[in-house]
Amino acid sequence: MSRAIIPDPIARQPWGMLVPLFALVMLGGAVLYSAAGGHLQPYALSHVLRFCVFLVMAVLISHIPKRIFRAAAYPAYAATVALLVLVELIGAVGGGSQRWLNLGFMTLQPSELMKPAIVLVLARFYESLPSSMTASWRGLVPAGMLIGIPALLVMLQPDLGTALAICFGGVVIMFLAGLPLWWFVGAGAAGAVIAPIAFFTLLHDYQRNRVLTFLDPEQDPLGTGYHITQSKIAIGSGGFFGKGFGNGSQSHLQYLPESHTDFVFATMAEEWGMVGGLFVLGVFAVVLTWGMRVARSSPDRFSSLLGAGLSATIFFYVAINLMMVMGLAPVVGIPLPFMSHGGTSMMTNMLCLGSLMAINRWNAGSRLLR
Amino acid sequence: MKFRFNFQRHVTQGMLRNSYDRRTMVVGAIQGGIGVLLATRLGYLSILQNEKYKLESESNRVNLSLIPPRRGWILDRHGTPLASNRADFRVDVIPERMATPHETIAQLGELLSLSPVDLQDLRDKIDSAHGFTPVEVASGLPWEQFAAVSVRLPELPGVVTQHGYSRSYPNGPSVAHLIGYVGAASAEDYEKDRNPLLITPGFKVGKDGLEKAFEAKLRGVPGARRSEVTAGGKVVRDLETREDVPGSPVKLTIDGPLQDFAARRIGLESGSVVVMDCLTGGILALCSMPAFDPNSFVNGIGRLEWKMLNEDDHIPLLNKAVRGLYPPGSTMKPMGTLALQLNGVSPDERVSCPGGYRLGNRFFRCDAVHGSVDMRAAIEHSCNTYFWSMSHRIGYEAFAPVARMFGLGQEFDLPGTSQRYGTIPDAAWKMKRFNQAWTDADSLNASIGQGYVSVSPLQLAVMVSRIASGRPLMPSLLLGQPMPDGPALPLTPEQFAVTREGMFRVVNGSGTAGRSRLDLDGIQMAGKTGTAQVAKLVSRGSVGTWKTRDHALFICYAPTDRPRYAMAVVIEHGTFGARAAAPIAKDVMTFLFDPAKAWDSLLKLEQSWGGTAQERLDARYNSFVSQYGVSAPKVSQDAAKDGDVAADVPADEPQAVQTVVQNVDAPEPLPTVSPPPPPPATPGPVPSASPSLTPATPR
Repeated sequence: MSRAIIPDPIARQPWGMLVPLFALVMLGGAVLYSAAGGHLQPYALSHVLRFCVFLVMAVLISHIPKRIFRAAAYPAYAATVALLVLVELIGAVGGGSQRWLNLGFMTLQPSELMKPAIVLVLARFYESLPSSMTASWRGLVPAGMLIGIPALLVMLQPDLGTALAICFGGVVIMFLAGLPLWWFVGAGAAGAVIAPIAFFTLLHDYQRNRVLTFLDPEQDPLGTGYHITQSKIAIGSGGFFGKGFGNGSQSHLQYLPESHTDFVFATMAEEWGMVGGLFVLGVFAVVLTWGMRVARSSPDRFSSLLGAGLSATIFFYVAINLMMVMGLAPVVGIPLPFMSHGGTSMMTNMLCLGSLMAINRWNAGSRLLR
Repeated sequence: MKFRFNFQRHVTQGMLRNSYDRRTMVVGAIQGGIGVLLATRLGYLSILQNEKYKLESESNRVNLSLIPPRRGWILDRHGTPLASNRADFRVDVIPERMATPHETIAQLGELLSLSPVDLQDLRDKIDSAHGFTPVEVASGLPWEQFAAVSVRLPELPGVVTQHGYSRSYPNGPSVAHLIGYVGAASAEDYEKDRNPLLITPGFKVGKDGLEKAFEAKLRGVPGARRSEVTAGGKVVRDLETREDVPGSPVKLTIDGPLQDFAARRIGLESGSVVVMDCLTGGILALCSMPAFDPNSFVNGIGRLEWKMLNEDDHIPLLNKAVRGLYPPGSTMKPMGTLALQLNGVSPDERVSCPGGYRLGNRFFRCDAVHGSVDMRAAIEHSCNTYFWSMSHRIGYEAFAPVARMFGLGQEFDLPGTSQRYGTIPDAAWKMKRFNQAWTDADSLNASIGQGYVSVSPLQLAVMVSRIASGRPLMPSLLLGQPMPDGPALPLTPEQFAVTREGMFRVVNGSGTAGRSRLDLDGIQMAGKTGTAQVAKLVSRGSVGTWKTRDHALFICYAPTDRPRYAMAVVIEHGTFGARAAAPIAKDVMTFLFDPAKAWDSLLKLEQSWGGTAQERLDARYNSFVSQYGVSAPKVSQDAAKDGDVAADVPADEPQAVQTVVQNVDAPEPLPTVSPPPPPPATPGPVPSASPSLTPATPR
């Protein structure tokens, strides 16, 4: 019907997801505009421009055929691990920890690339794994190593948040791949035992403090608890309709730390209130539901696992960030997708989104073939 | 378990697909659940707890800062300020909030061009301050320097700039002991009274003198300023300001110009001048010199200035007018004549003075051979023989009660002065103090104001005001609030007239102070000299080192026909009363009737002294700076903290000065010269253990 008027490549885009997403990015731009004191520079303009650039990238990715995804899975994973080792080496030489590579035109955090890469490689792994082996050690050990190596490298940087994100993406794929349920239950139980031990031995002091502070932010209101307390004040003082655009005192008077990156949701909620918060939650619900629907409607194992893993990765970002800013999780440096200012995070999320769009195309293609 | 293990062997693609579908449902449900949880949490924070967080956001945004109230002025009787406030640009630091104290201080030093001595003093003050109490870096800054610091505040955490008021004492050292001074509240003050005003930069409390006594009245009510501040403490804009309510003024009976004149007239000497109004008892001047500059205590005293004040043998930190105790010497004699008359001695009875008085085998030598003297002549010529023979006859018991009746040995209700009341000895006192019986030699010494007797200049002024007015005047300091008279004096006007006649002749007759006659038409002064022995002397106390010289005293009143002003002058180690004390009294009295004339003579004197008291103090400080630089030892903690300088005076304050009296020819009971330290219960002096005879005051 409308295909006659609207060109096919445009009509075939998943507009039901994209339109709310554009709105979310524009809201993010507005919040960053306000956070910069009513200026497009340095945050808002580059935020929107980056989104546009990466959107083009996502559309391009969405045209890549499935076989290239399949073929690229292991090399992409290996290359990312190599980059992680490289950062580690540069850090060791330069003295002190380093998380990024300076490419000249931008700084690249390989650990970010690992989030989609781990999903991709595990989807490929379970696709090629014979069904009967799913419940044997062959279904667990290689996958565990694929997750463990990058997670360990990222942990060494040290970047707990990203390491957890990698593990989360990997474990969701393993779960969906059909590994026996009791393995997860058992691992969960073991985790409950090991976690307290790890807490006191493996974690760095600052990480341990973050957890302790999360449990009782008022204990140290001017130290590490400051972030959470100020963030809750910003969100709570916004009320239902917010203080109005440009009137957020918490962010403008610099009480709210990282008001344009990790705590951008608090900046938004202060000025836009609960209405703004529900809108953001709603858009994420739309995007993630779309992602899961794409995954579930995929006919083959590779794309269904890949789609679900990518959605879970985006979900992990959203959930951990929002729980953090609302005082439900410890402070881990995880930005809010599509709203926080920052190139790497935008790139990762658009890689995920582009891949989901690709799966969507494959699905449409296979439906046509049928 | 077992079942599952068996089951695994037959996993098929279809089973995996089913499992996938089920598990994506589970994952989706968990995601949805977390979404609902987040929405609930959002609602809880922004709806249910909205009020609480709104309040917290406001208390973040708005900073309430106190504006220190302007301190009430202290005025003299003419309404001229003795202590006022001047508008001022100032810089303080709050040590606790300084991130890098060393660098911050160095940078401040550069911006404010502080000298090495200033910087050292600043570091001392910061060391001894308790973290939260502000420490003044500089005040009275020019706008350029103030602005230079203000614009750099973001890089200088813990530094506070302020445009406020600071205490100023226009007369400087002249009023130092009377008014006292102010300083930042100490940590102890804050412990006692958790008033945030106390740790507000720029706020000062009274530390000594009247400033301390009238603290409650002078303080006022602080203002407040609400301003919007960033997390870094930078003020974005002021929202509203409530003005402070200045403290109430305190109006004194003090005559400012007179106080200033009298203080400056003391010149290079160490001494005090007390002037009282014979009509009301109001104190017109209460000077003790040399003194410190109260203005320099306001910002906390520096090392060098402290060293300078402490090393001065003239003890500038002691208020000698109320805390200096001296043997009154012959200034006791007019009071003595009243005591004699009260005990039935006729003023016309004559005593022959052969140049001394024999008591047993000892001979008490008078200053001259006065021949036959009556009561008036005994005052006029200060004849010791007359008083020795009379006291031997009537008994010293007749003297002590009258001395107390005239204010000697008494403490007066004067705010802001911590007086020492000295000693009017009697037999009971000596027994209690030394466990020794009273001797006739004690009587002889005490009758001419030597031996165990010690009094303060304030008491001498009260005594002479009572003699002059015939009324039991009580001294007062607050204008319009005279103290009610004490118990009536049991003496007739005729009896007073005899004593006054004697004092008149001291100045206007052929008496000891003839050279200090007032050079004014129709106004005459009556007085009495005193020369009080300080040490056991081989020769007369007018030669030798300064410390061993006699104290010079003079009491007087004027005009003689209708007494209006009474005065006591005590010059430490000034040699003769007539030489050192009476000329000062004469000039101060002249000032009361003809200021211009008095200034003429003072300005001439000051030229030869090297400037006014303030100028000499400044010059002395500068010479200390060039001599010692930053090598002076630190200000003692107590002094720096409390500023309680009076408690910190060196050991040789006048109270400890010995009145060891010369025994001309007696081998007898001789003095164990080292006295025991005064027990706390007896604030009186410790006179020499062995009194003996006195070749006391001549002239």
